[in-house]
Amino acid sequence: MDLFDILLSASFWAAAIRIASPLIFATIGELICERAGVLNLGIEGIMVAGAFAGWISVWAGLPLWGGVAVALLVGMAFGALHSVLSVPFGLSQHVVGVGITLLATSVTFYTYRVVLPEVSSPPKIQAFQPYEIPLLSDIPLLGPALFSQTPLTYAAFVLALITGLVLFRTPLGLAVRAAGENPSAVAAQGLSVTAIRMGAVIVGSGFMAVGGAFLTMSAFDSFFFDMVGGRGWICIALVVFGAWRPGKAVLGAILFAAFDALQIRVQQTSLGTVIPYQIFLMMPYVLSILALVLMSRSAQVPAALMVPFNKGTR
Amino acid sequence: MRLEPISQPSLQRRLLPPAVAIAASFLIAALLAQIAGGNPFAVFGLIFKGALGSKFALLETLNRATPLIFTGLAVAVAFRAKLWNIGAEAQLYAGAVITVVLGTGALAWPAPVLLPTLAIGAALAGAVVLLVPALLKTRFGVDEVVTTLLFNFIFLLFVSYLLEGPLKDPMGMGWPKSSRLVPEARLPRIVEGLRLHWGFALALICAVSVWIIDRKTTLGFEMRAVGQNPEAARFAGIPVTAVILKTALLSGGLAALGGFSEVAGLKGSLTLDLSPGFGYTGIVVAMLALLNPIGVVAASLFVAMIFVGADSMSRAIGVPTYLADIMLASALLLMVLAILFTKFRVRRD
Repeated sequence: MDLFDILLSASFWAAAIRIASPLIFATIGELICERAGVLNLGIEGIMVAGAFAGWISVWAGLPLWGGVAVALLVGMAFGALHSVLSVPFGLSQHVVGVGITLLATSVTFYTYRVVLPEVSSPPKIQAFQPYEIPLLSDIPLLGPALFSQTPLTYAAFVLALITGLVLFRTPLGLAVRAAGENPSAVAAQGLSVTAIRMGAVIVGSGFMAVGGAFLTMSAFDSFFFDMVGGRGWICIALVVFGAWRPGKAVLGAILFAAFDALQIRVQQTSLGTVIPYQIFLMMPYVLSILALVLMSRSAQVPAALMVPFNKGTR
Repeated sequence: MRLEPISQPSLQRRLLPPAVAIAASFLIAALLAQIAGGNPFAVFGLIFKGALGSKFALLETLNRATPLIFTGLAVAVAFRAKLWNIGAEAQLYAGAVITVVLGTGALAWPAPVLLPTLAIGAALAGAVVLLVPALLKTRFGVDEVVTTLLFNFIFLLFVSYLLEGPLKDPMGMGWPKSSRLVPEARLPRIVEGLRLHWGFALALICAVSVWIIDRKTTLGFEMRAVGQNPEAARFAGIPVTAVILKTALLSGGLAALGGFSEVAGLKGSLTLDLSPGFGYTGIVVAMLALLNPIGVVAASLFVAMIFVGADSMSRAIGVPTYLADIMLASALLLMVLAILFTKFRVRRD
C-alpha cells in the first residue's frame, strides 16, 4: 500500500482520532495541573488506576458511564493525595509524582489479584460502541474519521473545548493560570493559592484517570498490566509540545496519534519486513523527545511551575 | 497552615518522623493484607521468615539487594545534584548489553583482565546513556525526568531488538535470549559453596567510593552545592554545567554496573526480564536512605528483604506479592513527608 493511500483512507484517520482520545483526556488533565504550577508525574500510575477502576466497575455491574465516574473519582483521590503532599507541604513534585505513580500502579495490580485471583486471561466487558452522528457522519473521509467514534471520544474533544473556555474566558481560569504564573499576586487578591492548586491537581488527575479508562472501556474491552505503557509520560511531552494551550495540545495529540497509526500500517507494508518492528514501536517515545527538544526554545513555561508557594516567604 | 523552619532540630526530632513513616507503611500493608484475607501477623511473619529465616533465604536477600545498591547509588548521586535521573532502568540494561557483547567470546582474555574490562565498558555505556538526557537538559533546557523515563522505553525496545537479532543465542531454541558468558567473564562466588557473587562486594565498594567522593572531594562539594542552589553555585564560580554532566556520568555508570553484576554474577546471559524494575525501585531505595550512600546499602537490604519475603509469603498463603510494592511506594511518600517534619514545624495561621 502506498503512503498516500494510507493518508487518504478514512480508517487511518478514524484510528488516529481513536488513539488520540486517551491522550487528549490525560494531556488536558496534566495541562490543568501545570497551568496551576504543579507538575503531576503521577499521571502514568493514575492512568493505570483509572483504566482498571472503570473496567472493573463495569464488570461488577455498573453501567458504562458509571464506570467512567468511578475512574474519575479514583483519579481525583490519587490527585488529592498528590496535592496534599506537593502543595501545602511543598514536597518535591518529582519525587511525589514518581511515588504516586508507583503507589497507584501497585495498588491497582494488588486489587486486580485480590478481586480476580487465578484468572489466566482477564474478563471482557461490553465496551462503548461507535455512535454515528446523524448527517455529519455521512461527510466523505471526515465523517467516518471524526463522527463515527465512541461517545468517550466526543467527550474528550468537548472536555478540551470546555477546559480552553474555562482557562481563558472565566475568572476561575484566570485564577488558575495566575497561580502558575505569579502566586504572590493571587495571594495579594485574597485568594488561596493552596486551594486553587490543590483543586487543579485533583480535577486534572480525575481527567487523567478517564484517559486510562478510555483504554479499557472504549479502545479495548479488557485490562492488561502493561496497557498504559508510557502514555502518561508521552502526555507530559504533549503538554510542552502544545505550549500549555488546550487547542494546540489536542492538535499535538492528533498529530502524534496519526504517526502512531501510520507506523502500525507501515509495519504491514514491504518496509515492515526490512525494518525491525522495535524501531516502529520506539517512534512514539522518540517523537516525544524530539517534540520536547524542538519546543524547548519557544516554550512558554508557566513561570511558577514546580515552585512551591509559602505565604510569608518571598 | 504554615511551615516554620526549626533551627536546631533535636535528635528526637530528626529520628522520630522517619521511624513513624516506616511504621505507618507497615500498618498500611497490614490493613491491605487483612482485606485480601491474610492475617497481618501471619503475613509479616512469613515475609521475615522468607527473607531471613534460612541460609538460602538470607543469601537470596543479599543477591536481590545487590542490583538495588547500584541503582540506589545511581539515583542518590543524581538526586543530590538535583539531576532527576529516572532512567536507571535503561542504564542498567546498557551495562548488561555491553557485558554480553564483550563477554560471550569476543575477548579471549583471562578473567583478571576481562572482568575489569567488562565492568569499565558497562559503566561507560551507562554513562553515555544518561549523558544524552543530561546534555538535552544543559543545552536545551529539556526536563530530564521525562526524557530519562522515555529513554527507558526506547532502550528496552532496543534490547528486545538485539535479543531477537544480533545478540540472539543461536542455540536458544528461538527464545529472545543472548548466548551465555564465557567462564572467564563470570563473577566468582565470594565463598565457595555459598550462592553470593562478587557483585555484592563490588556494590559495597561503590557505596564507600561514592561516600568518599561525596565527603572528601571537590566534586562531591560541587555536586551538593549545585543541588542546593544552582544559581548560588554559579555565582560562587562553580562550573554548574560541567558538574551536572559529571554527575550524569557517575550516576549512569553506577546503574550500569548493576547490569554488569546481574549478568556476570547471577544470570550468565541477558534476557528481557533481567530487571523487574530495579531502576524504579532504586528511587525508593535512595529516598529511604535520605540520599546517603551508606544508607543506600541499608535501604537496599530492607527493600530486598520485603521483596524476597513477599514472594515466599505469597506462595504460602496467596496474598499478592504486590503488597511489597504498595508498602515501598507508601514508604517513599511517607518518608519524604517525614524528612520535612524533621526540619519544619507546622503552624496554624
